[in-house]
Amino acid sequence: MTTHIKSYLKRGIISENPIFVQAIALCPALAVSGTVFNGLGMGLATAFVLLLTNTLISLLRGIIPIKARIPCFVVIIAGAVTAVNMLVEAFIPVLHANLGIFLPLIAVNCIILARGESFAFKNGPIRSAFDALGMGLGFTIALVSLSAIRELFGFGTLFAETPFVVTMPEAFPHTLLLILPPGAFLTLGAMMAGLRHIGAKRKSKSNSKEAAS
Amino acid sequence: MNLILLFLSAAVVNNFVLTRFLGICPFIGVSRKLESAISMGLAVTFVLSLSSAVSYMAYTFFLVPLNMQYLHIIAFIVIIAALVQVVEMFLKKSSPTLYSAMGVYLPLITTNCAIIGAVLINMNEGFGFIESVVHATGAGLGFLLAIVIFAGLRERIERCDIPKAFAGFPIALIAAGLMSIAFLGFAGLI
Repeated sequence: MTTHIKSYLKRGIISENPIFVQAIALCPALAVSGTVFNGLGMGLATAFVLLLTNTLISLLRGIIPIKARIPCFVVIIAGAVTAVNMLVEAFIPVLHANLGIFLPLIAVNCIILARGESFAFKNGPIRSAFDALGMGLGFTIALVSLSAIRELFGFGTLFAETPFVVTMPEAFPHTLLLILPPGAFLTLGAMMAGLRHIGAKRKSKSNSKEAAS
Repeated sequence: MNLILLFLSAAVVNNFVLTRFLGICPFIGVSRKLESAISMGLAVTFVLSLSSAVSYMAYTFFLVPLNMQYLHIIAFIVIIAALVQVVEMFLKKSSPTLYSAMGVYLPLITTNCAIIGAVLINMNEGFGFIESVVHATGAGLGFLLAIVIFAGLRERIERCDIPKAFAGFPIALIAAGLMSIAFLGFAGLI
């Protein structure tokens, strides 16, 4: 079982990372990655919704008729998002204000419907929960790394709006463009290309090792 | 006058794709060919105007009197999914040519965050019926403009010699970033 857990987590975080590899759900990734606080909040909220919906869909998969599954998924997802939206509004109002319409928009996040359709509807609740955890963490890690770069080089701070705020000295260059909308596209494009380059290098390395042995 | 400003602001100044980041999936997914980009843009504009009108009425005459505003996310999603289904059936019967042109893209619109995003913005800003429809139509035409320009760019990028790591999504994102810089120029317009 532990190997299963490891493989699900590895798949979600590295080999099938929803943002960097599958390039789905780019809207929230681009929109709320201005600061680490927002990126982390969005990532965790999405991961929590995914955990809820994957488990629910998996538990209900015997009852949901195959032909009407998409409308059923949509209602389950919208219900979970409504609950999370209200919880965030009640307990972390700052995050609710920062994320704006992107919090309710988790309901149309492609990752959630895709995992429900391609995984949870065919697998048991425990496997589905771990699949959701892997994908949710992969999404969160992608969002946090993207927003860390944008916040550090755009505002010159890290973890602003949290108690752990780090402020760079005045001489540290601030690139306003990274905080503006174009910066999101450019940073994500550059990160994706960089990760692909590393992935290709590793692959060719392991291939040449195999050839040598 | 205010309506014209609202329309322009939704279409270019706060372009849904390039400054609000709504509807990125179809923007990048369906922009490989110019024709499909135009069909997708038109389909989105049409569903956007229609769903904002219907959701406005549902919210004002149904959810508010019953004090059930907290159910708005579920209500809007169900309305949009139902509308897309109705539009699809209507097109199939009335204009098969248009249906075959838009056919594949219509079901995809249900999960397009530009649609529900516009509906949520209308609700949050407290827009009236006419304002909502004008805002949504402007947003849809802005989406059409962005996706058509982007498809033109991508058709040329496909033929260029670019580093292997950048091929596909990364270069598309960079191109979108450069386009977004160009759209920043509209910021001073209103």
